[in-house]
Amino acid sequence: MTAEPEAAEREATDEESATGGANVLGNKGAAAFVAPAAGLIGLFLVFPALWTLYLALTNMRLTGLAAAEPQFVGLENFLNAVSEGEFLNSLYVTLIFVLGSAVIGQAFLGFTLAWILRDWRGWQRQAFEVLAIVAWIIPASVVAFLWIALLDGDSGTLNTLSPVNVDWLLEYPLLSIIFFNTWRGTAFSMLLFSAALNSMPPSHLETARLAGASFWQQLRDVILPSIRGHILTTLLLISLWTFNLFTPYLITAGGPGSQTETLPIYIYNVALSNGRLGFGAAISAIMLVINLIIAWIYLRVVGKQDA
Amino acid sequence: MAASPTQTRTVQRVLSRIGFYLLVIVVGAFFALPMLWLIFAPFDRTPSLSVEVPSFTLANFTEMFENPFVLSSLRNSVLLSVITMLLVCASAALCAYALSRVAVPGRDVLLYILLLFSSIVTGSAAMVPIFQLMFQLGLINTYTGVVLVMAGGLLPAGIFILKDFMDTVPESYEESARVAGASSVQILKDIVVPVVRPGLAVIAVWVFVQVWGNFLMPFILLRDPAMQPAAVIMYSFYTSGGQADLSVISAFSLLYSVPVVLMYLFVNQRYGFRFHGGIKG
Amino acid sequence: MLRRSWRTALILLVLVLAAAACGGDGENEGSGEDLPGADLGGGTENAAASTENGGGGGGAADGEAVNISIIENAVRGGKNAATAAWLLEDVIPAFEQRMADEGQNVTVELVEGGTGDDDYKTRLALDLRVGEGADIMGFDQFWLSEFNAAGYLAPLEEIVGPQVSDWEGWDAIPEAVQGSLVLEDQRYGIPFGTDGRVLFFRKDVFEQAGLPTDWQPESWQDILEAGRTIQQAMPDVVPLQFNAGQSMGEATTLQGFVPILLGTGVELYEGQWQGNTEGLQQALGFFDTVYSEGLGDADLQLRGDARDRTFEMFANGQIGVLAESDYLWRSVIAPEEGLFPVQNRDEVIGYAKIPAMEPGAGIRDEDFVSASGGTGRVMNPNTQHPEIAWEFLKELGSQEAVQAFVEREPRITARTDVNEQALEGQPMLSFVAEEVLPVTWYRPGFQEYPQVSEVIQQTVEDVVADRSAVDAAAQAYEQALIEIVGQENVGGGQ
Repeated sequence: MTAEPEAAEREATDEESATGGANVLGNKGAAAFVAPAAGLIGLFLVFPALWTLYLALTNMRLTGLAAAEPQFVGLENFLNAVSEGEFLNSLYVTLIFVLGSAVIGQAFLGFTLAWILRDWRGWQRQAFEVLAIVAWIIPASVVAFLWIALLDGDSGTLNTLSPVNVDWLLEYPLLSIIFFNTWRGTAFSMLLFSAALNSMPPSHLETARLAGASFWQQLRDVILPSIRGHILTTLLLISLWTFNLFTPYLITAGGPGSQTETLPIYIYNVALSNGRLGFGAAISAIMLVINLIIAWIYLRVVGKQDA
Repeated sequence: MAASPTQTRTVQRVLSRIGFYLLVIVVGAFFALPMLWLIFAPFDRTPSLSVEVPSFTLANFTEMFENPFVLSSLRNSVLLSVITMLLVCASAALCAYALSRVAVPGRDVLLYILLLFSSIVTGSAAMVPIFQLMFQLGLINTYTGVVLVMAGGLLPAGIFILKDFMDTVPESYEESARVAGASSVQILKDIVVPVVRPGLAVIAVWVFVQVWGNFLMPFILLRDPAMQPAAVIMYSFYTSGGQADLSVISAFSLLYSVPVVLMYLFVNQRYGFRFHGGIKG
Repeated sequence: MLRRSWRTALILLVLVLAAAACGGDGENEGSGEDLPGADLGGGTENAAASTENGGGGGGAADGEAVNISIIENAVRGGKNAATAAWLLEDVIPAFEQRMADEGQNVTVELVEGGTGDDDYKTRLALDLRVGEGADIMGFDQFWLSEFNAAGYLAPLEEIVGPQVSDWEGWDAIPEAVQGSLVLEDQRYGIPFGTDGRVLFFRKDVFEQAGLPTDWQPESWQDILEAGRTIQQAMPDVVPLQFNAGQSMGEATTLQGFVPILLGTGVELYEGQWQGNTEGLQQALGFFDTVYSEGLGDADLQLRGDARDRTFEMFANGQIGVLAESDYLWRSVIAPEEGLFPVQNRDEVIGYAKIPAMEPGAGIRDEDFVSASGGTGRVMNPNTQHPEIAWEFLKELGSQEAVQAFVEREPRITARTDVNEQALEGQPMLSFVAEEVLPVTWYRPGFQEYPQVSEVIQQTVEDVVADRSAVDAAAQAYEQALIEIVGQENVGGGQ
């Protein structure tokens, strides 16, 4: 008798939370909890971001006449951008960079590492993790020197240790920064995928294995579907981060030519070196839209079909 | 004539083992190689952009410490990073918990839009709006200004990740606690936080690292050179010839990297550094 | 209860934040004077003292402390350390002493920093935009127009008063050099340093290739011939280096392209911006010849570290001829403190004037051409102490101060009297001051110049990297020019 009402209550609350009832926190409590973050984000993120988006509609500059009296130019910046070869080149470079270093590089290598390490224990695992994570956390300006030293054409580490003598940053600039960013960011994907693999009930794999499924079949039919949510989170975050990464500038300065001039570098050149703030803001806005599209594609492809 | 199935399988297994170890070695080398410079160059008499067994010296460090801003810049970096980290972790945890427990329509989309906004604000094009905003608020040349702007930019990703952790904490725990008369804050503190601690640790390290390496915000918001963090000072090491001074840069690179690595090792030891049991996507 | 304790915790957090901020502000011991009220932002150095400054620029009353500040892209132990040391050890103490002797308690703060020039410029612009910033600013001459057009700067006479023209120091600065900080006959600041571009060459390479070591080419043809001779005799040496890539930034415009263009008799701006002129085609043609014949190393131009690499190769004798500023001589390859020291610099490095395409073909029908950059210091129109700031600005441009700087780092200054004395034992610098400065050219004072300069770098790189033919590149240049300054401001097209 005593257990019954409790069970009934729980059912009720479960239902309530499923339909969005704020039973644990209460609406007021929730609002109070959200308030500090909302305040910070509202004032120091949303406000300047909207201001920047407004600048995108003006010919505002850092110096010169247009700094004193910026004029509203409507969509001119956007039209100029999409008709400018340099922007299109930069967009192309960025997409290759994201595809190569985030999707293929970080996510793939991250998964591979998580898979390899999943049943290792002891110092080897520690060593691997520490190496990958240190690559992820040391400051960008230091990392830039590390990679210049690695790839330098005359006396770089890579050329010293191998029989070849290639000026990597000159001959394969885009590939170089793709490898760089794979090195730099894999830790995050690795951590996420480790968690994912860990949270998979071992019985699922066991069943598949007993049914005689090959590794690839297991991967396709059991593993990937059950970590779909993790894959989505990983891809969303690392793609966005890679899209906005400025560090390659410290290694190649966008060159040679504009072969590694990704959009953040392009914006830096436009907004800071040339002082064309309105135009730079317009590129930022375009970047935002492209990121939205990418997110939408991920949702469609990876999707939360099981959720 | 053909090898027996068992033999074939053994050969296959040996080969795949070899392939496996080869892969492990290649990946390991990939991560380790670039770091060699950071280990050798600071102790090299004539540091260059190549890695060589150094003719050992500590002269680079001596030279570095002659720079009046080296130590203060590291202290400033610690200050900025720690305060931002505390602010982001506290407000992100509160917010993520609430968002995880109260269904707000379009919450995930909203969070993602905020993430996108943060990428605008960290770009160079937002420089003038941010500068003028901070000027109006009277926060130019203050750490408060840098901390607040950094926190605003980092919070969305922090909330985004933490919310996933919060989602995995079964509500039934909280129910029981609530029935026992605990307040929401008590529940968060005593039940939720312990469960998501590794996730908080990851966010903490991530925020710390982001602030630690950020150049643009402190550079435009701080005026006084004695207040500038290491990320800004790093760019001032030039020789009298006007070229990058590799002696000081290499030594400083090491000094500048050690705190984040120590911080990670400490957090890893103490709280765990993983998403295990965390993000479910 | 707990709810309350959390609230307390939050308040505590805020307090910690505030304390940290104040703590931070109070800890700027390295910079000498604290900024009063710094964590109220806005006010900073000017606000505190502004109330004392009655009577608009009338100077503070005797004994009352006045703080002024100067910003430079220079920092002790780092970038431009000599400038920082000069200010902190020579000029500022001398000035404070002089003011004290006159009964005024003045302190000068140096706002140090060492970053890229673009970043430094951005910072000045942001400060000036909101009516803030140091009272005196270290400034590159070619930012003047764009800053002025933005309303960030004002003529000295407007800020300080008519006494500006009374300064006796103006007589020591040649008219052309003064012009580097003049717009529409109004002075904006006091020029400080200048330089000139010449052809440096390795005498050892020349000797081995059988070329004269007192080389002075009279035409482009002479340069190319020398290059070909070196190419034949010493295949390992890059015969010629005219900076030609975007990665070298302004060094490509001013070191590489402009002296060549000027040698055709065409300037960047002659009442209108000059588009696709015959001179432009000839100049690009010169680059095309140099790099397509392999007289120059095209790959080198594309490297991120192209400029450093060039310096290093020249210092090692791997480049025969290099068009550079005298900065190369006094800083980069200086025997003691240079980045790539050449111990026997005076013996192995020769220098020659840059010839026009043909004798007499250069601008103003000169036989030789050059281009100069210049630095100086301008006054912030928002200064609360214009008179004191003017006193300090004069001090910075005084013979003693400039002399003191040259003793730390020999260079060509704006002051003829200092040059005459200081350059006595410096034949190279005297050569520039006497032979090159008379034919030199300063960059046009237009707000669009920096953008045009970027287009130049792009255009030259396209030719050198074989992305465009000379014709197409010249057309693209004109097109880009029109986009920047408008069709009506472009002339000389074909």
